[in-house]
Amino acid sequence: MTKKYFSFFMMKLSRYVLYDILRSKIIIAYTLFLFIVSMSMFQMEENSSKAMLSLLNIILIVLPLISLIFTTIHYYNSYEFIELMASQPMGRTRIILSEFAGVSLSLLSAFLIGVGIPIFLFAANETGFALLFTGSALTLVFTSLAFFASVRARDKARGIGAALLLWFYFALIYDGLILLLTFNLTDYPLEKIILALVSLNPIDIGRIFVVLKMDISALMGVTSALYKDFFGSGTGILFTTGIMLLWIVIPLWLAVRKFRKKDL
Amino acid sequence: MRSVFVILFLSVAFIASANTIVVGSNQPVTSLKKAIEIAHDKDTILIMSGIYKEGSVTLTKSLSIIGQNNTVLDGENKYEILLISGKNILIRGIQFRNSGYSALNDFASIKLVDCSNVVVENNTILNAYFAIHVSNSSFVTIRNNTITGSPKSEQLTGNGIHLWKSANALIENNHVEGQRDGIYFEFVSYSTIRNNRSEKNIRYGIHFMFSNDDVYLNNIFHDNGAGVAVMYSKKVRMEGNHFEQNWGPSAYGILLKDISDSYILHNTFFKNTVGIHMEGSSRMDIEKNVFKENGWAIKVQASCEDNRFHHNNFMGNSFDVGTNGSISLNTFYNNYWDKYEGYDINKDGTGDIPYHPVSMYSMIIEENPFALMLFRSFTVQLLDKAEKAIPSLTPENLVDNKPLIKPNKL
Repeated sequence: MTKKYFSFFMMKLSRYVLYDILRSKIIIAYTLFLFIVSMSMFQMEENSSKAMLSLLNIILIVLPLISLIFTTIHYYNSYEFIELMASQPMGRTRIILSEFAGVSLSLLSAFLIGVGIPIFLFAANETGFALLFTGSALTLVFTSLAFFASVRARDKARGIGAALLLWFYFALIYDGLILLLTFNLTDYPLEKIILALVSLNPIDIGRIFVVLKMDISALMGVTSALYKDFFGSGTGILFTTGIMLLWIVIPLWLAVRKFRKKDL
Repeated sequence: MRSVFVILFLSVAFIASANTIVVGSNQPVTSLKKAIEIAHDKDTILIMSGIYKEGSVTLTKSLSIIGQNNTVLDGENKYEILLISGKNILIRGIQFRNSGYSALNDFASIKLVDCSNVVVENNTILNAYFAIHVSNSSFVTIRNNTITGSPKSEQLTGNGIHLWKSANALIENNHVEGQRDGIYFEFVSYSTIRNNRSEKNIRYGIHFMFSNDDVYLNNIFHDNGAGVAVMYSKKVRMEGNHFEQNWGPSAYGILLKDISDSYILHNTFFKNTVGIHMEGSSRMDIEKNVFKENGWAIKVQASCEDNRFHHNNFMGNSFDVGTNGSISLNTFYNNYWDKYEGYDINKDGTGDIPYHPVSMYSMIIEENPFALMLFRSFTVQLLDKAEKAIPSLTPENLVDNKPLIKPNKL
């Protein structure tokens, strides 16, 4: 009885969150933006691989940023609603999870409509599906991270600041650090270490997943074909999916844990 | 009427001076060895369908040996099947299979030594160590043969068509698969290789050394262990060939090492790890080629000079040009680069700002291959843009001053 009630109630709450998001129209604008950008890329470039390259950039840079900022702003804007819900006889875990479900579902569907349709029309191949997979995973990962950041931060400004910092770190600083590391330690057998380090950044692992399909000729040239062997195999796909799942689940779990004890 | 008969008789007698000897299990002559023994110059030996296990057969007379649909000479994995040394010889339509392996001698299905004017055509060679091995010969024609090997390791597998110290050879319309090197040339001059298909060989599609004044035209090299290698040669013309899907840490469409005064025209390089890798090469024209979806279209080592790269199309390559030094003594002009972001205000078809085909990141990878893990990362792209604005690492004079706005029509 309780379990059924739980799932029913969560669905109901998520639905309210979804309606709320749709009413603000920002998500519709985001969908349109993605759709127009991807369509025009496929229209402008004569070979679809170049369009895919530009799309990859959008997915790796813009998608995480929008997911972070949108989620953070949404969280603070619906803070009063969350407070109201918390005063009702229901667990906080349910509240935060339904919020997460609502936000991530809306961002995910915006991505799948905005980018998925053009990809299905113009590039329904392996690279295309890799792009969709990476995009969906990154949307979920950064929504989850944003929840963690905003639950932890005390006010809106700090929350958005933290989200931006996270984005800078994962999109820019992290790769810079790896580059620095490879330069300073060229004489050492670094393959496995770099492999491990790269797996610690969801943007990097998503990028490699796509690049392996896109630039296979160049990657075959690495003195050690380790990366190709690893990421290209079935275990590699499982590994990528597993790491992405961890990146979704762990921040969300930390957010839930914090939220339950938080003095609203 | 009688005179007509006389003429007929005489002409038959004349033709008969070039006899045809038929070899077959139910013929007077049952073995090829016997037939060669009794034959005279200019005779023809017709071998009926069947499997012949005669060990090693030696031929020094000027004969034509012709097989039927199903004539098989079997080497029983022990013998060199046919050893030829002479002139004016034709070998046609025979299946050679299971020639022997020897670590000391280059055993071959058909071996030509000190020959001239020999034609080897329409044969099928299966499961050979070396398939066709030619040395010290001239005017040899090898055409329409199909060679299929079952490669084991580089040591245990021989070359498909192997020429050593020969001249004026013509190799055409052959299909070589699964050997060590598909076609091997060493000290061969004034020869032509055309319309061949060389694929799935464990080392090179063509391996070409110390061979000057040769031409290879319209061949297809597909999925060979290390592509095609052309080394230590002069005046080689490579035209209309397709180099496809040669993948691997040391696989190249073409590897050019110490080549000079040569032409590379109208070739297509598609999906190779490296399209052309050049080392110590000079005075070459690389023009009107298509480089598509390669890892690196061209890698020019700093040891190359005076090469001209023009009217090529570069499309969808991960990197256009890679190099290992800071100076470049080669010229690039009128190429089409799909990564070019310039403009053409005066509408003359060439871009108004120069294109630098070497990206900073490709220089980084050259020194530090691990960094390839960061390929297409935002950080790296920012670095590349910064480098484009203020070049510091990339060779400043490796530049196309007249990049084309639209692809060359080839």
